[in-house]
Amino acid sequence: MILTEFEWQTLLLSLKIAGAAIIFSLPLGILTAWILARCQFIGKSLFDSIVHLPLVLPPVVLGYLLLLTMGRHGIIGEWLNNYFHLSFSFNWQGAALASAVVAFPLMVRSIRLAIESIDSRLEKVARTLGAKPFRVFMTITLPLAFPGILMGTVLGFARCLGEFGATITFVSNIQGETRTIPLAMYTLLQIPDGESGALRLCIVSILLSLIALFLSEMLNRWHKKKLTG
Amino acid sequence: MLNINVSKKLASFVFQFKHEIPCHGVTAILGVSGSGKSTLINLINGLIKPDIGCIKLNQTTLVDTEKGIFTTPEKRQIGTVFQDALLFPHYKVIKNLTYGAKSLNTERFDEIVSVLNIGSLLNRYPAMLSGGEKQRIAIGRALLAEPKLLLMDEPLSALDMPRKKELLSYIDKLVNDLNIPIVYVTHNINEVKRIAQHVAVLEQGKLQIYGDTEQILQSDYLKEWL
Repeated sequence: MILTEFEWQTLLLSLKIAGAAIIFSLPLGILTAWILARCQFIGKSLFDSIVHLPLVLPPVVLGYLLLLTMGRHGIIGEWLNNYFHLSFSFNWQGAALASAVVAFPLMVRSIRLAIESIDSRLEKVARTLGAKPFRVFMTITLPLAFPGILMGTVLGFARCLGEFGATITFVSNIQGETRTIPLAMYTLLQIPDGESGALRLCIVSILLSLIALFLSEMLNRWHKKKLTG
Repeated sequence: MLNINVSKKLASFVFQFKHEIPCHGVTAILGVSGSGKSTLINLINGLIKPDIGCIKLNQTTLVDTEKGIFTTPEKRQIGTVFQDALLFPHYKVIKNLTYGAKSLNTERFDEIVSVLNIGSLLNRYPAMLSGGEKQRIAIGRALLAEPKLLLMDEPLSALDMPRKKELLSYIDKLVNDLNIPIVYVTHNINEVKRIAQHVAVLEQGKLQIYGDTEQILQSDYLKEWL
């Protein structure tokens, strides 16, 4: 299947947006997962609920909230624009932000489960061997949580590729800027004879998800093999 | 000297321990399951904090609740070998051994590898080792971090009898060749007879009796153990 220029552009834009969303949200996702898995503090349940809120809120609501907070005249958006000339309005960075917000809880959930499944005594042993908490995290927790981090990344990436509601509400549907595969499919389905184009993008979308899952499975097997000798 | 005077409220009793443990030879902490042996180990290595009290190792204050002093585990230079070896599964044996070593002293490394007879295991992952081998690596790992004191929390209890005998002979060698003070927690009196010079008996979180091994083994208190 040879892709047209429009399809290539849409595919590359989707990869760019999903990739940026994951790269920038992954460190925060790992930190949040670690806090939820290992720390006890007052208000933890509330924090947990806020982190998981995007999972249950309608994506359009999230998009609207992003518009209110991160839009050019939003509470944070205006400040970012004035002081750092950073704008999330109607551009691919905004689409990446919307995708990241929607995918965040999925990513955190997977990583958190992985961290919780690590025997915390291993971390304690490392402390008795002279390792400070940051070294313990980098050398014990992070490598052992690798399969969960990988799964969280893949799930988040797939969710970003499929993101529609928050993106269209927050940054609209602009060709070459915010029109990712789902938005392009939606656009094609609105015009006469656009169905075949939508089907081609549908196949691209399925192939992309399968490749991501395959690569994650391969990496996971390699890691498992390493641990079990 | 390891000077301990601590109190900590546990689920079923208040753990209270006040005594000096010599920093030479092997001191066994003997007690039935749930008597507070592991609590004592974790108070010494800093994995748990006492409610009140202080712990000093060779005049260095590790904990003093009155003065608000609490030295974190990584700064205490106290090695711990747990019941399960708890090797890092993603590292090969050699990386496990050197994890806590600040700078690799090749001579010391070779000496410990030789005493524990683990030279042939260095390039294996923990999943490829037997229980006894894992425990020997755990001991080597703790020793290479150059601790001032080594705590052993029932290191043999997860092993079968032949492995227990094998590991006990390595612990013997450790005491004789490396001259490191050991606090050895167990509920097995035969292990105490074999390796310990001093014995402290714990019951319900309280020290019941302390003294030289010979003296304690002949005491009335331990009659039911023998």
